[in-house]
Amino acid sequence: MRSIITVFIFIGLWLLLSGVYKPLTIGLGVLSAVIVIFVTKRMDSIDGDRLTIDLKPVAFLKYIIWLLVEIAKANWTVAKVILTPSLPIRQHLFTVPYSQKTDLGQVIFANSITLTPGTVSVETEPGHFLVHALVYTPDTMEELGEMDRQVSAIEQEPKP
Amino acid sequence: MSLIAIIVDVLSWVFILSGSFILVIGALGTMRLPNFWTRLHAASVIDSAAIILLFIGMCLQAGLTLVTVKLIIIGVFLFITGPTATHAAANAALVSGARPKEAEGFTGAEPEPLTKPDPDPDSQE
Repeated sequence: MRSIITVFIFIGLWLLLSGVYKPLTIGLGVLSAVIVIFVTKRMDSIDGDRLTIDLKPVAFLKYIIWLLVEIAKANWTVAKVILTPSLPIRQHLFTVPYSQKTDLGQVIFANSITLTPGTVSVETEPGHFLVHALVYTPDTMEELGEMDRQVSAIEQEPKP
Repeated sequence: MSLIAIIVDVLSWVFILSGSFILVIGALGTMRLPNFWTRLHAASVIDSAAIILLFIGMCLQAGLTLVTVKLIIIGVFLFITGPTATHAAANAALVSGARPKEAEGFTGAEPEPLTKPDPDPDSQE
C-alpha cells in the first residue's frame, strides 16, 4: 500500500518536472518510478532505516512565516552593519542550549539559526550549540531563546 | 496588456531588483568585513533574503506554469541546503583550529575536545 502511494507521488513529481506529455515519455516516466520503488524496496529489506517526520503541520507553516519575518529583520540589521562606514561589529562565539527532543527538531533549530543572518551555528554538542554572532548584544540570547521555544512548539510526540 | 498583468510585472521587477540590491550588499559585505567568520554572515544574507526575493520575482515573471513549480522546488532545496553548507564551512573552520577574534571584553566559548571515532560503531549512543 505504502509503495503504491509512493509510486503515484513519484509519477506526479515526474509529470511536474518533465512538461513533455507524449505517450512514450510518460510511459518511460512511469516505468522509471516503478523501477525506483522496486529497487528501494529491495534495499529496504536489508536496511530498515526509516525517517519519521514528527511535526505539527499547521504549526510548522506558522513557524515558517514567523521565521521569514525574523529573516527579514535580521537581514535589515546585517545590511545596516555592512553599509555603515565604521563597521560596528562585535563578534562573539557562545553556547545556546536547545530543548528539542527529536533530531529533526534540532536540525530545524540549527538551520534556522544559520538562516537568520548575523548568527551561524558552528558546532553541535550534547545539550547545546556553539553559535557565532556578528553583532552580539544581550538581546541576541533572548531572540535565540524565543526561536528555541518556537521550534519546540512545533514538535510532536514521536509515534511508537 | 491588462491592468493586472502590468501590476504583476511591476511587482516582479520590484522583487527582482530588491533581491539584486541585497545580493550586491552581500557581495560588498564579503569584501569589507575583516575575516572569515564575519564574511560568513555576509554570505548568509545572500543565502536567505536575496534568494527568497529573486525567486518570488522569477515566479511572478513565469506565472502559473511548470517553471514556477520547478522554481519553488529549487527554492525549497536551497532553503535547506544553504544553511547546511554554511554550517559545514563554519564547522570545518572550527574543527581545524580557527577561532573567531572576539570583540573587546568577550571570551569565546571553547568547543569540547574532539574525541577519536569509536572503533566499535555498535557501542555509540
